[in-house]
Amino acid sequence: MLFVGMRRRMVLIRFIMKIPISYNIRNLWARRLTTTLTVSGIALVVFVFAAVLMLSQGIEDTMVATGSRDNVIIIRKSSQSEMMSAVSRDQVGILSTFSEVQSTQEGKPFATADVVTLINLHKKGSNDMGNVSVRGISTGAFGLRPQVKLSEGRWFQPGSYEIVVGNKIHDQFNAIEIGQSVQIGSKLWTIVGVIDGGKTGFASEIWTDADIIMSEFNRGTTFSSYTLKLKNEQDFEALKTKMETEQRLQDLEPKREQEFYLEQSKFMAGFINGLGIFITIIFSFGAMIGAMITMYASVANRTVEIGTLRALGFRRRSILMAFLLEALALSSIGGIIGLILASFMEFVTFSTTNFGTFSELAFGFSLSPRVVGWTVFFFLIMGIFGGFLPAVRAARMNIINALRAS
Amino acid sequence: MKVLKLIYKNLLRHKLRSLLTIVGIAIAVLAFGLLRTVVTAWSYGVEAASADRLITRHAVAFIFPLPYSYKGQLEDVSGVKTVSYASWFQGIYKDQSFENFFPRIAVDPETIFDVYPEFIIPADQLKTFKQQRNGCVVGKKLAEQHGFKIGDIIPVTGDIYPGNWEFTVVGIYSGKDKTADETQMFFSWEYLNEKSRQSASWATDQVGWYILQVDNPNEAASISETVDALYVNSPAKTKTETEKAFQQSFVSLSGAIITSMEIVSYVIIGIILMVLANTIIMAARERIREYAVLKTLGFTSFHVVGLIAGESLFISMIGGTVGLALTFPVCKGFGDAFPTMFPVFAVQPMTIVLAIGFSLLVGVIAAIFPSYRSANMKIVDGLRQIG
Repeated sequence: MLFVGMRRRMVLIRFIMKIPISYNIRNLWARRLTTTLTVSGIALVVFVFAAVLMLSQGIEDTMVATGSRDNVIIIRKSSQSEMMSAVSRDQVGILSTFSEVQSTQEGKPFATADVVTLINLHKKGSNDMGNVSVRGISTGAFGLRPQVKLSEGRWFQPGSYEIVVGNKIHDQFNAIEIGQSVQIGSKLWTIVGVIDGGKTGFASEIWTDADIIMSEFNRGTTFSSYTLKLKNEQDFEALKTKMETEQRLQDLEPKREQEFYLEQSKFMAGFINGLGIFITIIFSFGAMIGAMITMYASVANRTVEIGTLRALGFRRRSILMAFLLEALALSSIGGIIGLILASFMEFVTFSTTNFGTFSELAFGFSLSPRVVGWTVFFFLIMGIFGGFLPAVRAARMNIINALRAS
Repeated sequence: MKVLKLIYKNLLRHKLRSLLTIVGIAIAVLAFGLLRTVVTAWSYGVEAASADRLITRHAVAFIFPLPYSYKGQLEDVSGVKTVSYASWFQGIYKDQSFENFFPRIAVDPETIFDVYPEFIIPADQLKTFKQQRNGCVVGKKLAEQHGFKIGDIIPVTGDIYPGNWEFTVVGIYSGKDKTADETQMFFSWEYLNEKSRQSASWATDQVGWYILQVDNPNEAASISETVDALYVNSPAKTKTETEKAFQQSFVSLSGAIITSMEIVSYVIIGIILMVLANTIIMAARERIREYAVLKTLGFTSFHVVGLIAGESLFISMIGGTVGLALTFPVCKGFGDAFPTMFPVFAVQPMTIVLAIGFSLLVGVIAAIFPSYRSANMKIVDGLRQIG
């Protein structure tokens, strides 16, 4: 049995090998114009497909980068964003005594109680307004978010009307330079520094001192969230149980920071993915039909040739294979061009309102291996579907009739 | 007429290829139509905005509330007919999914249906709404989607306003015409205020925004200035603008997404062009000898071009028409699938014009290259051509 199977495979390989690929490549070259048009069509479709995937990957990357593995954010139960959440100063006091929280060198809890609010700013180059998150943070906890670094100027002085702005805000909004002022609430705040948030959501925020922003917005003693660093990554469950048993923390819930930010982008990523995939599927049919037309024509034009090949002793299977390979070559060339074009999108920053938080979020197109994998799969499938029927037609030709065709 | 017949006969020579091309174009035009409809539906609120309504909100950002005490002062501004107010409640119905999201807004039952005359509600239901503390009114479309009937209880978990909330459906409103949003839920602001007195003190006696109905839309600008001047020195400064501008500011929030959808819709046109041009070039190449024969018989280049362009336009127009015809049912299906995402999802006349226009344009452009080649060839070369 084993030998029969092996022999079959050998035979199959021999047949597949019989028509050399150079034959296909020369055929594509002989009909340059048609090939170019088909390839361009496929390239456009693949470009859009890849760009959509890169965009939703980009949001995810941004959100994952925003959170740290061992950070825990505590917000009010069923709050969908920090803006809606409320954590009182008393509750912060209780939380900061928990033994799961790491300590700083000075012996203080390594944590920050944040206040998050929104302001309107004018975008560069248009009349549009964007909602920008303003985050008031506890001073001395900069290290809690190591992804964020000061790139220009200095940090704000606690207790004064000073702010530092994220680099994406600096790039995309009007009149955001060091030394200039921004109206937040009733006061003018001076920009003293620019922070580089890298790929994180913090790059689209403005940071200042929590206490002063609280008094400015009459928030009394209510923070938006409390973020702490765990001594040990595995302590999360212990912290959660402890919070559930503490009477005064009943309305709060802890979340791992990464998961929290990921959740906030779900709606956005889902929307972009859904609509994008829907559209690309519709017009990948267009591209497949384009490939099909080309392949049918190429079969029809080569009827005599196919007859000759068959007369020479090539099997139907090899003919089928040859035409399928030609279709695959066509879609692969188009697909690779599309993918290369899409890779240039890595340099583009996309900025829009994140519906999860209603604030501006800048993110990039990210070409991850997963995206490349899906794109390659997509264009190969297009090639197979576009080429299969024409290839079957070529393989089923009758030798005599084919040779007779003019 | 003979030329038309020849074009028709030519089309039938490669039935499968013509059919595939037509299907390809139809699909692309369908995608184009759908995408344009999404773009227009996105900004529907701007179109539906009434000229006689102004919106007054907090100057810093719309998430900050304004004191309820402004109401009396706003009513005194000359030119203002009615003052209504509302607060965005949000909350979670069942879960945070797409299907279960719909606008939940706390309103003033006394005035809301006066300032929004496009929402029609039976008089007896309105009367109950004004009396029943935890009553709510839902839009017709929303009621159909979730099967809400009068007397039903809608449980909502609060997020901005904490706690568990239960609203009893006391009325169902319908839109005066197709542009009215029938997917919202309104409930009494009094109820919200009462409950927040216990649980969310910051929200007590605060409203999200004021809706000012003015006597004369031409005075909108001056009334806006008067209103904002009133509060320029108070802690809660206001920003007053027409409803249209207010809606526009929401649409522009997602500007980048809209722009990219528009770009994609034009990429689609490019793809149609590739498919059609491919077919026409192939056909012209195969027939180059026939064109040479035609020319030998005394037909001019003009006739040859007519044949090629005619075939190209014929295919593109059939494809375009089929695609456009499909756009309507598909858009309806899409709109029904996301009823609350797009309150109004209708194919705009402009979309139809664009689809037809681009089909024509693509038909012409696809024919340019093969026409040029066939018109300029030497008869001898054409006759010599093989395959």
